[in-house]
Amino acid sequence: MSASDTLTRPLLRENPVTFHVLGICSALAITNSLNSALIMSLALTCVLVLSNASISLIRKHLPGSVRIIIQITVIASAVTIVDELLSAFLPDVARTLSVYISLIVTNCIVLGRAEACAMSQPVRKAVLDAVGNGLGFSLVLISVAVIRELFGSGSLLGYQILELVSNGGWYQPNEMMLLPPSAFFIVAGLVWLNRTWYKEQVEKPDFKPASVEVDEIYSS
Amino acid sequence: MNSFFEIFLRAVFIENLALAYFLGMCTFLAVSKKISTTVGLGAAVILVEGLSVPINNIIYQGLLKEGALEWAGLGELDLSYLGLLSAIGVIAAMVQVLEMVLNKFFPSLYHSLGIYLPLLTVNCAILGASLFMMQREMTLGQSVAYGLGTGTGWAIAIIGLAGLREKMKFSDIPEGLEGLGITFVTAGIMSLAFMAISGINV
Repeated sequence: MSASDTLTRPLLRENPVTFHVLGICSALAITNSLNSALIMSLALTCVLVLSNASISLIRKHLPGSVRIIIQITVIASAVTIVDELLSAFLPDVARTLSVYISLIVTNCIVLGRAEACAMSQPVRKAVLDAVGNGLGFSLVLISVAVIRELFGSGSLLGYQILELVSNGGWYQPNEMMLLPPSAFFIVAGLVWLNRTWYKEQVEKPDFKPASVEVDEIYSS
Repeated sequence: MNSFFEIFLRAVFIENLALAYFLGMCTFLAVSKKISTTVGLGAAVILVEGLSVPINNIIYQGLLKEGALEWAGLGELDLSYLGLLSAIGVIAAMVQVLEMVLNKFFPSLYHSLGIYLPLLTVNCAILGASLFMMQREMTLGQSVAYGLGTGTGWAIAIIGLAGLREKMKFSDIPEGLEGLGITFVTAGIMSLAFMAISGINV
C-alpha cells in the first residue's frame, strides 16, 4: 500500500467505526454536542499517533508473550498525558467528557492499530496509519455530533442556527436527539450508507426466507 | 446513594453501563448472536466487575488518593493521576489470574468462556466501572455493591440483545442493514426502553 493509501483507506472504505466496529463506546457517548466530539477526536488522534509511534519504535524488542500488557501500559501513559493536559488547559471540557477520555485506553481502535500495524511496520508508516484512523474516527464522530446537536438543540458549537420556538423562532427541537438512543440510530444509518456505497461489505444473512413468486400462487 | 441495595439497583437499571453509558459496546455488538454464549460472558463480567471494582477501591483509597499516604509521612502527596494506570493494570492482572484459577478448578466454565475471558481486559465496561467508582469517591462497601450492580446490568443488557437477535434471525432485513446495522437499531430501541426506568427515583 502506498503512503496516501495508508492515509485515506481508513477514512471511508475501512473506517474503524463503521467497518471494523471498533471504538463504538465513545462514538456514541459524547456526541450530543459538536464541541465535545471535536475535543474527543483530537484527543484520540493524539493518543493514537503517540502510541503507534512509540510501539513501532520498540517493536523489535517486544517479546510476543507480554506484548499486550506493554502495549496497554504505553497507551495508558499516552492517555494520562492527554488527560492531564486537558484538565489543565480545558477544565470545563474535561469535566463534561469525564471518564470518557480515560476510557480511550480501552478504545479498541488504539490497541487494534497497535497490534495490526505498529507491531509490524516502520515508524513513518505507523504514524500515517494512526493519523488516517484518527481522521476516520473523527469523521464519524463529527457527523453524528453535527446531526445530534443541530436537530437536538438547533445549534452548532453553541451558535444558534435554527431559531427555537422557545425563543420566538420556528424550530421545535427534537429532544430525543440529545438522549443516548438517538446515537444508535444515527450510527446504524451511517453503517447502512457506507454499505450501500461499498456493496462488498454487506453481511451474508444467516437465513434467507424462501421467495415465492406471486404468479406461482395464483396459477396453482 | 445511601444503602448498598440502592446503589446496586441504580447500577443495574438506571445507570446501565451498556445502554445508558455505552460502555463495553464492542463486545456488546459483536458477541451477542447466541443466548448461550452471552450467559457465560455475562457471568464472567459480573465476576470480574465484582472483584476488580473493590480491589481498585482499596488501592485508590489506601495509596493513590490525595493524603492517603499520611501513614507513611507523605500526607501532601497526590497520586490520583496514577489511577488510570493502576486500574488497567489491576484489571489485566486479575483477568490473567482468573483465567488460571478457572482453568485449574472449573475447567468446564473456562472452556465455555473461551476467548472472551482474556478480551475482558479491553472491555470498557470494566475499566469504566472502576473509573466511575474513583470519580464518585465510594467506600469499600459501596464499591462492592456498585461492582456487582454494573456487572449484572451489563449481563442483563447483552442477554436481552442476544434474545432479540435470535428472534430476528428469520426476518427479512433491507439490504445493507443486515448484521451490524440492524443490531445498532435494536440496541437503540432497547436503550429507549431502558430510559423509561430512569424516571424512577430510588
